[in-house]
Amino acid sequence: MSDQIKQAIQEYATRLGDDSVVLGHRISEWVSYGPFLEEDIAYGNVSLDYIGRARMFYTYAAELADDGRDEDDFAYMRNDREYRNLLLMELPKGDFAYSQVRQLFADVYYTLMLPELLQSKDETLSAIAAKAIKETKYHLRRSRDWVLRLGDGTEESHKRTQKALDQLWGYTHELFDMDETEQLLADAGIGVDVSRLRDSWLKMVSDILTEATLTVPEDSWAVRGGRVGYHTENLGHMLTEMQIVHRSHPGCKW
Amino acid sequence: MPEEQYQRLQQRSAADVRELWDLLDAVKDPEVPALSIWDLGILRDIQRHKEQVVVTITPTYSGCPAMDNISTDVVSLLNANGYSDVTVKLVLSPAWSSEWMSAEGRKKLREYGIAPPEDAELDEDGLTPDAHAACPHCSSRNTRRVSEFGSTACKALFQCDDCGEPFDYFKKI
Repeated sequence: MSDQIKQAIQEYATRLGDDSVVLGHRISEWVSYGPFLEEDIAYGNVSLDYIGRARMFYTYAAELADDGRDEDDFAYMRNDREYRNLLLMELPKGDFAYSQVRQLFADVYYTLMLPELLQSKDETLSAIAAKAIKETKYHLRRSRDWVLRLGDGTEESHKRTQKALDQLWGYTHELFDMDETEQLLADAGIGVDVSRLRDSWLKMVSDILTEATLTVPEDSWAVRGGRVGYHTENLGHMLTEMQIVHRSHPGCKW
Repeated sequence: MPEEQYQRLQQRSAADVRELWDLLDAVKDPEVPALSIWDLGILRDIQRHKEQVVVTITPTYSGCPAMDNISTDVVSLLNANGYSDVTVKLVLSPAWSSEWMSAEGRKKLREYGIAPPEDAELDEDGLTPDAHAACPHCSSRNTRRVSEFGSTACKALFQCDDCGEPFDYFKKI
């Protein structure tokens, strides 16, 4: 493996780990705030799946970096400007409709992206994808069910779900952006060319939204920057909470 | 017997460290204490090179919080039995499948009050159906899914409309 490719895979694994840990943390914020007990538990479980993925991606990134850092250093010892997650993942949980719409966007995205990553020539990335694909089927069924139920529910739930859609839509364009690093890996058969997934994503999401009597928003604005470390102000606040115990008690075990 | 289970049994009976496989039957999944790591299919391999023992395990789900506990339990059990040089290796591939669960494990699961994967007919997408998983308490099929996720990610929550008891269903993945 050339140094250039190795470095690119390390960056790629870090990005995918960042997406997973940030979304996983946001989902975990619902624990004890769910609308009812079963839903509370469901959120906790989905969150764990994402945090588990993050651990696998970070462990691999740390192995490639080979500089003494481990998965915890990646999660807890980097600042917001060093994080490379997609902005969609870091937005505050909002109300229940907002979180479920975000989840639907993410679940459809992973439903399309993971089978491609499974084909990666990199064995570890492919193995992580193989595990995550199975879980994503259950995640998508849940977020789809909720968006249908909320969209085609009461006047209030419909209104809130449509509002969430309109507020989140501009963050979805970034999901399909490619830069030099990702292009290099896609060309090498290691990374996924996400730019090719947008049409399928749009089709799947639109079908679900239409069934839910919701209106697919127009592409009138887009926010980008997560992959180069330009974040919304929300990420810093989230990391403060996520990292404080680890940073206050370095090396602490219990 | 499903192919996967047959292969696991073959691997175990052909192993040159069968006493270690037997020993590790004592390591249970902390989330489902009725089942050993062998029953669940988490235990993938055991190798001994002179004094060194390498135990290979695989997580059920990416976020399975039990893996750290299981690793610690494996090491302390082997240490207590005189094996001082023990390494636990975590592998991701091939991805764990509920097909690997032993026949004995499925029986124990049901007795423990959790319906094993084969006690429900999957829907057209191969996922947990929204009704009719067999109740592990009274065997009724008059049941419905209450939640996609039960007490852990590997289970869904059902309610029996005959005996009135809620129960976990171990998902097929």
